Amino acid sequence: MDLNFTPAEEEFRSEVRSFLEARLPRRLAEKVRLGRTLTKADHEEWHAILNERGWLAGNWPTAYGGAGWSAVERHIFEEEMTKAHAPRIVPFGIAMLGPVLQQFGSKEQKDQYLPRILTGADWWCQGYSEPGAGSDLASIKTSAVRDGDHYVVNGQKTWTTLGQHANMIFCLVRTSSTPKPQEGISFLLVDMKSPGVTVRPIVLIDGEPEVNEVFFDNVRVPVENLVGEENKGWTYAKYLLTHERTNIAGVGFAQAGLEQLKRVARSELHNGRPLIENPHFAARIARVSIDLMAMATTNLRVLSGTASGQAPGAESSMLKIKGTQIRQEINALTRIAVGPYAMPFVSEALEEGWNGEPVGPDYAMPATAAYFNNRKLSIFGGSSEIQRSIISKTILGLS
Amino acid sequence: MNFEPTEERRMMQDALRRFLSNSVTPARREAAESSTAGFDRETWAGLAELGVIGALFPEARGGYGGSGFDIAAVFEEMGRAGAIEPLLDTGVLAGGLLMELGGDARQGLVEQVIGGELQLALAHAEPASRYDLSRVTTRAERSGDTYVLNGRKSVVVNAPAADLLLVSARMAGGANDADGICLFLVDPAASGLALRDYPLSGGGRGAELDLRNVAVAADALIGAEGAAYPALVHAHARATTAICAEAVGLMDRIRVLTTDYLKTRKQFGQPIGKFQALQHRMADMLTEIEQARSALINLAGHLDGPETERDVHVAATKNLISRVCALVVEESIQMHGGIGMTMEYELGHLAKRLTMTDHRFGDGLYHLERFISLAVA
Repeated sequence: MDLNFTPAEEEFRSEVRSFLEARLPRRLAEKVRLGRTLTKADHEEWHAILNERGWLAGNWPTAYGGAGWSAVERHIFEEEMTKAHAPRIVPFGIAMLGPVLQQFGSKEQKDQYLPRILTGADWWCQGYSEPGAGSDLASIKTSAVRDGDHYVVNGQKTWTTLGQHANMIFCLVRTSSTPKPQEGISFLLVDMKSPGVTVRPIVLIDGEPEVNEVFFDNVRVPVENLVGEENKGWTYAKYLLTHERTNIAGVGFAQAGLEQLKRVARSELHNGRPLIENPHFAARIARVSIDLMAMATTNLRVLSGTASGQAPGAESSMLKIKGTQIRQEINALTRIAVGPYAMPFVSEALEEGWNGEPVGPDYAMPATAAYFNNRKLSIFGGSSEIQRSIISKTILGLS
Repeated sequence: MNFEPTEERRMMQDALRRFLSNSVTPARREAAESSTAGFDRETWAGLAELGVIGALFPEARGGYGGSGFDIAAVFEEMGRAGAIEPLLDTGVLAGGLLMELGGDARQGLVEQVIGGELQLALAHAEPASRYDLSRVTTRAERSGDTYVLNGRKSVVVNAPAADLLLVSARMAGGANDADGICLFLVDPAASGLALRDYPLSGGGRGAELDLRNVAVAADALIGAEGAAYPALVHAHARATTAICAEAVGLMDRIRVLTTDYLKTRKQFGQPIGKFQALQHRMADMLTEIEQARSALINLAGHLDGPETERDVHVAATKNLISRVCALVVEESIQMHGGIGMTMEYELGHLAKRLTMTDHRFGDGLYHLERFISLAVA
């Protein structure tokens, strides 16, 4: 055993670090640090900078314009990104659809869509969940019926993150009603400008319209937009979900969150002394720090067993559960640390172009918003309950 | 022992529950939240008409209640309805201080509060005071026939709607001394007083107050010079009872919503409430909520007793309820899934309001340390 990164990995880390120092726009880092909402243009600006360096798609093979990094290199990159308060890479095209197209897409699909993901010509969103199909994803009802050279799509998707920015959506649709619901699902690419597509924003408890409902009313989709084979979509969907889980531990986010928590606790006063000096509060910070140190190693153990370009297996469920618990605890402690200033809620303050004075310290409102917003971590991408079922079935064999 | 509420209290509670279930609708709450007052004036008038504000004051002062159990009964219903009206700030906190320190001279104002005609806010906390009641740096100085106030007050709940502010200021002693604190009745429009108002997470409105040479008449002083601290502690004990009761009401409602959801939401071909993993968690949630209710009963029953016992129960109850609130917020959202995170569903508002109860009158940590110093150390 050797707990050190290899010299090559260390060199890679310093390369990433100097790149971020030179190229990460201060304005964007400041917005991320203050928990402000990033605009579509902000995301696109950062994607373009990364793409220019060839680092936008660390998980893609170089043949497709990716960086072809190992899982450990990806981890290092993500750790440095969060440390520098870089905007996260929008995952829908890069982390989710890209690997599916590379594995199962036609040559035409790869040629058409992969470069457009890198250049930002397309913004993808994910059409998986439906009002009646959440944890039980295979029960989706949105239907695609073949009509000549087209599928006609009808139904509704929900929890579509950043769908308001997207021009393309990849969807799970039902193409056949089979006794086993998984067997009648197909994976379809839909242009959101097609007639019959409507997007409706959903405001979440942090006040942000981060997710949407997407309605399909007789939307005609060319048959060449089917990925792989008809009725094999479930296989592709599961493949996508395991890739989605690659950075699921969120070690970098947790580390950045912990630093922010300590900053807040140093600046808040409790009985006239910095809150961080309070033994009861310090004990809670200590406990979550200890958990995070072990989790970082659990994460690396899983990642180092994962080959380049591949996704980890069922072990990633443990990473998601533990990583989520740690991040949510950090969010809860930060909310508590803020004290009475957790109450004022000026929702405009998170928006672009807002120049008002914050009410109380500038970290206060984002702390409350993050506490509420990050309840999603244990719900999306397979809830913690679903992850526990995966662990007990797949790893423990208890079913 | 008898844990049954009195007949009068039960009737009042039933009437209040019926009234609130008709008047606190999502549409009206949303409209109220975006209004300048931050609450629904019609609901407020209805509360006064029902005698709910009077239930917070004793007969000798024009009400017909005022005990810990009266406060608990009223606020449990306010919580169950997710009501955002400033009954706590006007009625219990500032109204209670006027009653305790104002004497006959202020009886007229107390009656206006009971009648629903007067809105009040207590401007006590400051940017660096966190939850300490004795930490006051706003200064008051006597100057001829007036007092002149200078300082800042933070997160003053209901200040934007208040007809009168009750402002604490120090005339003597260091920043953290219990002695030397005074309370003044201040017109929000007074010269030198700047008010920056904003909405609060979970409903209602608050403000930051900046006082620069605000001159008030000598008779604006409530109570004796420099002696307001014990009354502030007492008012906060009553306010803590109120917010703990509101939390219990909120949790009852959330528990009902979540149980209903588990019975109706189907995944994998069955209601998700059939899954044992969720059944056990709901059972734990119910048990914890009942613990919270017992802690509330302990507090309500000791509120008007000896100070030391009262303060032990304030600390114990608020600490326990702080822990249970976090569990109920987090578990109820989790068991609902995505829908629990939206503002389109009732849980969103209730969960936010419940979370914010942890940020008033001391959080779990503050009361843990209070309890240690009063009952453990």
